[in-house]
Amino acid sequence: MNAIDISRRGFIQGAAGLTFAIAIDGGTSGAFAQGAAGKLNAYVTIAPSGAVTIMMPAPEMGQGVNTTLPLIVAEELDADWSKVTVQQAPVDAAYNHPVFRAQYQVASLTTRGYWMPLRTAGAQARRVLIDAAAQRWNVPASELTTEPSMVVHASSGRRMSYGEIAGFAQMPEKLPEIKPEDLKPVDKFRLLGKNVPRIDIADKSSGKQIYAIDVQVPDMLYGTVAWAPVRDSKPTSFNRDEIKAQRGIVEVVALDEGIGIVGRTVEDVFAARRKLKAQWSDAPGSKVDSAKESQAYLAHLRDPNHKGVVVREAGDANAAIAGAAKVVTGEYTSDYVYHAQLEPMCCTASVTPAGVEVWAGTQWPTKSVEEAAKAAGVTPDKVKFHTLQMGGGYGRRAFVEYVADAVHLSKAVGKPVKMIESREDDIQNARMRPLTAQKIDVGLDASGKIVGWRHRLAAEPVTDYVYDKARLEAQKGNDIIVVAGADVPFYDVPAFVTDHVYEARGVRVAAWRGIGAGYTNFAVEGMIDELAQQAGKDPLEYRMALLKDARAKKVIERVAQLSDWGRKREGRALGIAFNKLGLPPVGFSMTGTVAEISLDRASGEIRVHNLWCVADVGLPLQPDNTAAQIEGSLVFSVSAAIKEQITLKAGQVEQTNYHDYPVLRMSEAPDIKVEIIGSGPVPLPVGELSIGGTAPAIAGAFFALTGKRLRDLPMSPERVKKAIA
Amino acid sequence: MTAFTINGKAVTVSAGADTPLLWVIREHLKLTGTKFGCGAAQCGACTVHIDGEPQRSCAVPVAAAAGKQVTTIEGLSPNADHPLQKAWIAEQVPQCGYCQSGQIMQAAALLKKTAKPSREQIVQHMDGNICRCGTYPRIVRAIERAAREG
Repeated sequence: MNAIDISRRGFIQGAAGLTFAIAIDGGTSGAFAQGAAGKLNAYVTIAPSGAVTIMMPAPEMGQGVNTTLPLIVAEELDADWSKVTVQQAPVDAAYNHPVFRAQYQVASLTTRGYWMPLRTAGAQARRVLIDAAAQRWNVPASELTTEPSMVVHASSGRRMSYGEIAGFAQMPEKLPEIKPEDLKPVDKFRLLGKNVPRIDIADKSSGKQIYAIDVQVPDMLYGTVAWAPVRDSKPTSFNRDEIKAQRGIVEVVALDEGIGIVGRTVEDVFAARRKLKAQWSDAPGSKVDSAKESQAYLAHLRDPNHKGVVVREAGDANAAIAGAAKVVTGEYTSDYVYHAQLEPMCCTASVTPAGVEVWAGTQWPTKSVEEAAKAAGVTPDKVKFHTLQMGGGYGRRAFVEYVADAVHLSKAVGKPVKMIESREDDIQNARMRPLTAQKIDVGLDASGKIVGWRHRLAAEPVTDYVYDKARLEAQKGNDIIVVAGADVPFYDVPAFVTDHVYEARGVRVAAWRGIGAGYTNFAVEGMIDELAQQAGKDPLEYRMALLKDARAKKVIERVAQLSDWGRKREGRALGIAFNKLGLPPVGFSMTGTVAEISLDRASGEIRVHNLWCVADVGLPLQPDNTAAQIEGSLVFSVSAAIKEQITLKAGQVEQTNYHDYPVLRMSEAPDIKVEIIGSGPVPLPVGELSIGGTAPAIAGAFFALTGKRLRDLPMSPERVKKAIA
Repeated sequence: MTAFTINGKAVTVSAGADTPLLWVIREHLKLTGTKFGCGAAQCGACTVHIDGEPQRSCAVPVAAAAGKQVTTIEGLSPNADHPLQKAWIAEQVPQCGYCQSGQIMQAAALLKKTAKPSREQIVQHMDGNICRCGTYPRIVRAIERAAREG
């Protein structure tokens, strides 16, 4: 570990007790040591009363990090959790995620990323308290230990609370250095691994939790924005005078890619919105008809001269396949899907002579501040930003266009504006998981052993829209969001290659919970099932023989036991799938999933009765919350697997609300059994982990039940009926 | 002007008669526990009780509440200690939490009429309330717990 330096803000000592402002070189912490030089500060404040305040650097969107992250600090600090208050950190580079170098929440990496920096910060604060007590008692620090919020000198029986120490301690000029070996051994954890109740549950059960949509500011007006039906399309004309004459309407604002309406009440604004008639300029995406896209994409994939960006490669898969005794090919497609988070896009902004203030729920607070500043015409340091909890994120709130919208509206009227999109506008303005086509060719030798695996994927790039073109170029065209999961590192495959054929159509695309794995693993595990069939093997047996990783084998073996895989069910069948989430430098979490389904042959409806999921998440910090995230992702992924579909006509989303974009309801939700397996000393990605295994497990079960393959997502009644016709 | 009772308190509001009750509750009366999700009675996030019956407040014009008793999540129990609220905490139900006020209000109406609902009754009664985070299994468990523990 490199030097630990004191941040420029230093630490503050005063009547309020001790505040440790600790800057840690994020590039030195554990597995992220490979050059990610992000800075992270964790704040620990201890008042003479013993009250401990821990700063929460990340936003909260439902995954429980506002409990988990402070718990990590408290564990190493050895704080009495009952004395801890958690405070949402401001937007400040001091709180940056060490991988993303921003306050930014994606890829299930919040806990994984902050893990070592927060442990180190907690341990360092504890060391300062111990050193202060040692000085007071005139004993060597090495003789002191801690109990929750208490420094103890065992041989003399003396004890001093953290609060007492905070009352007198002088902060050292140089903060003590913490080495990884100074951290608490995992088997000594008191808080982590033990199911501490989430801090936000009570307020979320009483209506007291405040989201961006709940913000109330004096003299506030209301606004809404009608986004252009197509990406990069602009308003060319609209009935401005008519809208402005509507009851309560204060201002109508042409925006770059939309039209904003501001009025005295939300009901007036929404009523006026329904009367808006606008013409929009043509844009590249205006030509997109989603019904035709997947066949066009597949045609590209079938053409060997239509090259994509090679994003994964090991060995010479093309040569191996060319020389193979047999080649098995599978083609898969998936449609656009929408986040359908329950809180529509909203933000409150106040741009007045008093300053710029913004309240938003966002996965990307740092970008939100930058965009708000740009829209207000000030520098980012002039924006007072409030990071609020999100009413669902799932990737949608990695876009922050609604923040700029609210600022533009407030600026136009010189008063605070709460901007809320209607559900109809939220879906019209959907940022979708891209439509995809995939073609996998697997070469087998004469004995049936896999010699090469070629995975071709066609989809609109996402990275250049979420970020910018420069980012995609910096990644050498490797659009990680799109291609995630399009590889087989845990199977015994000697050579593989994955290429991504860009289908740049100008559609609003996004990261969507689970990113690529939602469709790539459908194709990969679908192929594994097809290969098992070719080999005349049971899907479980084939996987167990082909998986070469002990953890991967374990999740599959265990989920087979849990689901009683070998037992035949009358009118029902089982399917199984492996899934993984992560990146080599981060480590992979993994799941085995089994689905039990039945089929209504008349309606074509698949009913998922049971899901079993065994998840190896590395070190489970909050096991019950981990299980909750897995359960939730399973429900989310059943929804996508059998129901969800956005269609585009002339580039415009055809769906308008939950009636024509139905998501899974309680009566359709399966019974779910989750088992968490711990492995190793590091917490691995959880929040999106169990997305990728569900669709292939359902498809496998469908094959077991009907002898037919489903290779297109969603596995809608229409497609099911076609498959069994 | 529309007069009604909300959480035991008489109020008179000047919002237009066709204003959805949801906006009156949230933005005029500042009781923001009741949520806006769809505006079309599709998701259940805005569920409140009107004379004891669960209703989607986004689809009820304020005029229809005249003279009635409206109860929101804030008025469900004096100290957020309704058996369902205790069960919600015991089962650690919420994730993002945005739908949960509506879920709890919908469930409370069930338990008032059917103290010991079967699982089928729970699912049937709750089916209009979407939880996008997928907390359905825990919602069921919490309702069963509340019915058991009272």
